[in-house]
Amino acid sequence: MSLPNSVPADTPVTLPISRSAVVLAVTAVLALAVYYFVGVDQGAVSVFGNDTHLHEFVHDARHFLGFPCH
Amino acid sequence: MDVTARIIGRGVLAGAAGGLLAFGFGRLFAEPEISAAIDYESGREAAQAALDRAAGIPAEAAEPELFSRAVQADVGIGVGLIAYGAALGALFAIGYALCVGRFGPVRARALALAVAGAGFAAFFLVPFLKYPANPPAIGRPDTIQARSALYLLMVACTILFVVLAAWLGRRLTARFDTWTAVLLAGAAFVAATAVVMLVLPPLGHLGGGHAATETPTPLRAPSGRIVYPGFPADVLFRFRLYSVAAQLILWATIGLVFAPLADRLLARRGAATRAPAPVPLDA
Repeated sequence: MSLPNSVPADTPVTLPISRSAVVLAVTAVLALAVYYFVGVDQGAVSVFGNDTHLHEFVHDARHFLGFPCH
Repeated sequence: MDVTARIIGRGVLAGAAGGLLAFGFGRLFAEPEISAAIDYESGREAAQAALDRAAGIPAEAAEPELFSRAVQADVGIGVGLIAYGAALGALFAIGYALCVGRFGPVRARALALAVAGAGFAAFFLVPFLKYPANPPAIGRPDTIQARSALYLLMVACTILFVVLAAWLGRRLTARFDTWTAVLLAGAAFVAATAVVMLVLPPLGHLGGGHAATETPTPLRAPSGRIVYPGFPADVLFRFRLYSVAAQLILWATIGLVFAPLADRLLARRGAATRAPAPVPLDA
């Protein structure tokens, strides 16, 4: 892959955002999903119904990371 | 492999390392406070049950325990923190990939620290100022919907304002020197954040309350006598202090681990495609 312009040493290259859009978008969706399951799911809203195993398992992390837990 | 994918891989790695360190810190410092909070909660429930029995109200059945406290405190918090760290490391890397080369002559390593600082503020510190982290026993179960929505709204607003401030600062450098542009963008961020913080309600107001927070006050018998104390202030302070410290450890690790990795990756890129032209500022 070639990059449009770059200057050595102190100025890093510019990454081609348009060509990496899919990689960036997929990463963002996956990362937000993990954020949601660690911080929110089985609390105020739940994708697994009334089950609370995930909530109870990451319970301490949820409190410690600043999320409202229960 | 695509250079953006490599950047993201390094971000996830740095984030997982940060989560691991935050777990070590949390296991040592936060878990004793969480245990104290759970002990407070158990004692308060027992006192409440005694009051209910005296008043002829049947006591509520205890919830079944899905995981022991040992599993929650030794494994669950570790898995949660490392997963959170990896996810935030990925989001950090996305921010880094979008910023690199687009903010003038900033070194690859310095940019890593700047983006990590912005992530710490946007994802945790600024929302914490409005809705701070709470240990178990604080927060009424019937307001969890509203509390979650308000917290996530606060986080979303802060992230949006950080992104807008970065965009604004970059635009302002066309008319002002860097110092002035950064100050103006920072002032705009503070002003926008302050408005949102003033508009959103304090948690104690939810469900018809009038307190500033949902921190439990002393439990009183019908006679007015205190039968169980309010939540211990020192436990609350230490829990919140350690919560900030853990996030600081996480984000500092992301910045410091990612910086040399990105430097090497981008220096290689730069060397392979070295050209005398300046970095484009459009994009």
